[in-house]
Amino acid sequence: MTAQTTPASNPPENAPARWQWRTLLAPISVLLVTGVILGITYEQSGDVAAVARFYAAFVTVAAILAILALALNIQWGYTGLFNFGVAGFFLVGAYTAALVTKDPDNDQYADYVGGFGPDLDILPFLSSDQWFPFLVALAAAGAVSGGLAFLLSIPTLRLRDDYLAITTIGIAELLRRIAIEEQWLGNGTRGLGGIPRPLEDLVGGSDYRYVLLVIAVISLALVYVLLERGVRSPWGRVLRSLREDELATQASGKSVQSFKTQSFVLGAVIMGLGGATYAFQSRAISPETFTHFFGTFLIWTMVMVGGSGNNNGAIVGAYVVWGFWQSTLLIQSYDLPDLLATRISFIRDMALGALIVIVLLLMPAGLVPEKRGVSIWAERAARRSGQAQRAPPPASSAGGGGDGVS
Amino acid sequence: MATVQAQPLTRAEQFRDYRRAAGVWMAGPGLWVIIGAFLVWAMIAERDGVVTGVVIGAVFALGAVGITLIFAILKFGHFAHGDTMMLSAYLGFMFLTGTIAGEQQSDLVTILPVSTSDLPGATTDIWNFSFGYGLLAAMGLSAIATALFLVILNHLVYAPLLRRGSSVVTLSIASLGLALMIRSAMLMLWGSDPRFYSPGIRQAVDLPFGVRVLYDQLFILAIAFVMAAFLYFFLYRTRLGKAMRATSDNADLARVSGIDTERIVRWMWIVAGVLVAVAGVMLGLQAQLKPELGFIILLPLFAAAVLGGVGSPHGALVGGLLIGIIQEVAVTSGIIEPGYKFSVALIVLILVLLVRPRGLFGERA
Repeated sequence: MTAQTTPASNPPENAPARWQWRTLLAPISVLLVTGVILGITYEQSGDVAAVARFYAAFVTVAAILAILALALNIQWGYTGLFNFGVAGFFLVGAYTAALVTKDPDNDQYADYVGGFGPDLDILPFLSSDQWFPFLVALAAAGAVSGGLAFLLSIPTLRLRDDYLAITTIGIAELLRRIAIEEQWLGNGTRGLGGIPRPLEDLVGGSDYRYVLLVIAVISLALVYVLLERGVRSPWGRVLRSLREDELATQASGKSVQSFKTQSFVLGAVIMGLGGATYAFQSRAISPETFTHFFGTFLIWTMVMVGGSGNNNGAIVGAYVVWGFWQSTLLIQSYDLPDLLATRISFIRDMALGALIVIVLLLMPAGLVPEKRGVSIWAERAARRSGQAQRAPPPASSAGGGGDGVS
Repeated sequence: MATVQAQPLTRAEQFRDYRRAAGVWMAGPGLWVIIGAFLVWAMIAERDGVVTGVVIGAVFALGAVGITLIFAILKFGHFAHGDTMMLSAYLGFMFLTGTIAGEQQSDLVTILPVSTSDLPGATTDIWNFSFGYGLLAAMGLSAIATALFLVILNHLVYAPLLRRGSSVVTLSIASLGLALMIRSAMLMLWGSDPRFYSPGIRQAVDLPFGVRVLYDQLFILAIAFVMAAFLYFFLYRTRLGKAMRATSDNADLARVSGIDTERIVRWMWIVAGVLVAVAGVMLGLQAQLKPELGFIILLPLFAAAVLGGVGSPHGALVGGLLIGIIQEVAVTSGIIEPGYKFSVALIVLILVLLVRPRGLFGERA
C-alpha cells in the first residue's frame, strides 16, 4: 500500500469529522457565481426564458472546459506532470474534429484538408449522418492528440519536470502557428466555420442548445466516471505515488517512464475529446481561440482553484472560474468608463493569474481538498468490518525546495 | 580444441553497439564538431544571419543567465522570466518618455513628472547611435526597478512558498501565474500597440568581409560583453559570487559552512533582474515592444539555458548566442519560414533533451 500524503490542514481520515468553515467555500462560490450570472442576465433581459437560454449555453461551455480540467488533473493533479501546453492538445482536438466532420471545401474563401462529413454517412439507419461522423471525429481527435502526446513524452518525460513544461509551451505555440501559417491545412487565420453539430437536424431551432447541454454534460459524466474508476484502481495509486515519491515508486518495481507516459497520453486523449466537443459547441474555431491564455492558463486556474488531485474539485473549479470569466464579459455590456472598458479583459487576465498565486499561497488544497485514501476496496473492507481503517502515517510531503532534482 | 571460440556478434548486437558508439560520439565530441562546422558554414554562407543572430543571441544570453541561476540555486524553472524581460523593456520606455497608455490604448499620457529624455541634451544622438544618453539612464533605472521588483516577488511569493516546504513544481506554477499577471499589467499600462524607444533612423556601418551592421547592434554587443564580463567578475572574483556558486553546488553544505543563503537568494534575484533588464532594453532597441513577446521569448531563453547546461552561467551565455545564431541563420538561409522562427529554439531544445540532456557545460541532467 502506498502512503498517501495530504496537506497538513486536513484531519486524518479516522478522526471524527470536524466542521470546518472551509467545507462551505465550494458551495458558496458555486452559488455566488450562479447568482451573479443569473442576476446580471435577468437584469439585462428581464426575461426568464432568455436567462435560461444563456445559462444553458454557459453550463455547456463550463462542462466542456471541465473535461479539459479533468484531463489536466489526471496529468498534473494525480501524476504531477507539468503540461503547460494544454492549448496545443485542445487545438489539435478541435481542429481534427472540425476537419473530419465538415463538408469538403468548395468555396473560394475556404481552404482546408479533409471534410469527410458526407462520406461518413455510411450506416443506412437511424439517420446516421447526425451522429456517426461525430463519433468518428471524437475518436480521431483523441487519437491525434494522444499520438502527439506520445511523441512528446519520448524526449521529455524521463527528465526534469520543468523540461516537459517548457516543451509543451513550445509545442502549443508551434501548433497555433501552424494553424495560422498553413493556409491549406486549416484555412489560416480565418479559421474554420460552419462546423456541423451532432443531432442538429433532428432537433433544430433554439431548443438545440438544450440537446447540446445534455451532450456536454453526458460527456463530462462519462469522462468523470472513467477517471474516478481509474484513479481509484491500483493504476491510479501508482500515479499518485509517482507524484509523491518517484524514487520509492521505482524501488517498488513500477516503471516510472511507462506510467508517466500512460497518464500523459490519457490526459492528452481526453483533452482532444474536450477540444472536439468544444468545436461542435462553438461552430467556428480559429487559431485565436487557442491562445496560451484561454487554452492553458484558464484550465490551469480551474484545476488550481478547484483543488488538484481531485476530480470533483476540477469540475467545481471549472464552473467557478468559467462563471467568473463570463461575469466579466457580462459586465462589459454596462456603460463603463473608457479607462475600464478598454482594459477589462486585461483586468480579468490579471485576476486569473492572481487567483493561481493566491490559491498557492493561502489555500494550496483548493476549494475541494483532495481526500486521503488508499483504495475503494480497502475502504469498503474497513467499513464492513466496522472499524475505522488505521490511517497510514503521513509521509513527509514532498520535501524542501531541493529535492525535485533526481 | 580447448580454446573458447568467441561468438560472432549477431546483427542486432552489432546494431546495438553501433548505436551506443554513435550515441557517445554524438553526445560528446560529435556535438562540438557539428556546432563548429555549422558556425564555419554559417559565417561563410550566411554572414548577415550570423550578425543578426549574434545580436539577438546576446539578448537571449543575458536572459538565460538569470534562468540558469534560478535553476541552480532555487531548483525551479522561472516561467515569469520572459515577461519580466518585457516588463523591464516597458519600464525603460516609461523612464525614457515618462508616459503610459491613456484612456484609449493608442494615446500616451505622461505620468512621470520628469523623464530621462527631459534631461539636457539627453536625446541628442551619441556617436552614430539612434539614441542619446537618456536611454542609457532609462536602462539603468529600469535595471534598478526590475531588480527591486524581483526581490519583492521573491519576498512575497517564492520565499513563503519555499519556507512552507513547497515542491519545486509549486514554485514553477506560481511563476506561471505571475507571468500572467505581469503580462496583463503591461497590457493595462501600455496597451497592446507596439512601442518604440526612438523613431530615429538607424545608421548602418560596413565592416570588413562584407558585413553590414547597425550601429545600435554594435552597441548591444558591447553592452552584452560588458555585462558578461561583469558577471564573470562577480561570480568568480567576489566573495558574494563565490558564495553564490557554492550555494548552487550544494545549498545545505553552503548553509552549514555559514553562508546566509537567504541573502544569496536575494542577490541572485538582483543579478538576474539587472541582467534581464539590460536584455529587455536591448530587445526593445532591436525590435518593437509588444507585451505578447514576453511569453514567447521564454522558449529561446530556456532552450539557451538547457543547451548551455542548466546551472552553468557561461553555458547560458554560449547557449544564448548559439540559439540566436541558429535561429537567424535558419531563417535567412530559407530552411525555416519566418513565421516559424521561434520554433527553432523548440527544435534545438528537443534535440538537446534527446541527445545530451546535461547540455554543453552542465555536469548533470
